[in-house]
Amino acid sequence: MAASQALEVQEKKEVVSKDEKTVPARYYVPPTDIFETGDALTVVMELPGVEKQSIQVNVENDVLRIDARIDFGKYEGLEPLYTEYNIGHFARSFTLSHKIDQQQISAELNDGVLTLTLRKAKEAQPRQIAIN
Amino acid sequence: MATLFDPFDALFQFQQALDSYRTSGWLGSGPSASGAYPPINIFRKGDDAVAIAEIPGINKSDLEIQVLGKTVRLAGRKAVQYGEKASLHRRERLVGRFDRAFTVPFDIEADQVKAECRDGMLALYLPRAERDKPKTIAVG
Repeated sequence: MAASQALEVQEKKEVVSKDEKTVPARYYVPPTDIFETGDALTVVMELPGVEKQSIQVNVENDVLRIDARIDFGKYEGLEPLYTEYNIGHFARSFTLSHKIDQQQISAELNDGVLTLTLRKAKEAQPRQIAIN
Repeated sequence: MATLFDPFDALFQFQQALDSYRTSGWLGSGPSASGAYPPINIFRKGDDAVAIAEIPGINKSDLEIQVLGKTVRLAGRKAVQYGEKASLHRRERLVGRFDRAFTVPFDIEADQVKAECRDGMLALYLPRAERDKPKTIAVG
């Protein structure tokens, strides 16, 4: 992956969901990377402008749900003159496989990037079989 | 989704339409920098302007901000780290360099520009230069 190439603007995608929202605000799908190592699955998503206390991470019925809210109060007293991106909350959910140990999910927020570490269940971790 | 009338959204839609004309080359080129990353929203606060950009995952130290006259330049790079031996399932976050400039319709007091970077948002407070403000003349 060339880090020297020009960075492109990613158009924000609005959430298309079956369950409707009752808040009069837009929801966007945060760009997400998912990668797997030997003992864990890592989910990294971009949530610019979201504070730590405004993020909810739930696991229910094998679905991992992330709901992140923007504080619109920060824009009070500011009159928009020129706009290139829209502001809204973020939401996304993922169905977890049974290989994930649902009791051991940890989260960390850094520079607007949320990193979720999902430990794999013991039986799903790679192991070496000794030959007799 | 039908929501209440949102002036911000209306302006945003309008601007997008305008931008598509602009990038078509009908209107002249902008300031001398390339690319449109990061997307920037500009607000007015009294006499001054506030520019806010979304830059999730960009380290403060990888950011370069310059101000001259009416123009602000924003440059830097964004990198994404995956651990070694990681197998990727999904890759949506983009990486790369960026370098862009934008102009505000007044001279900026470069010494008093404040830059704040928090939670992946960059806020630039661009105060209007004293010499650029209109003077009130008392009638003698």
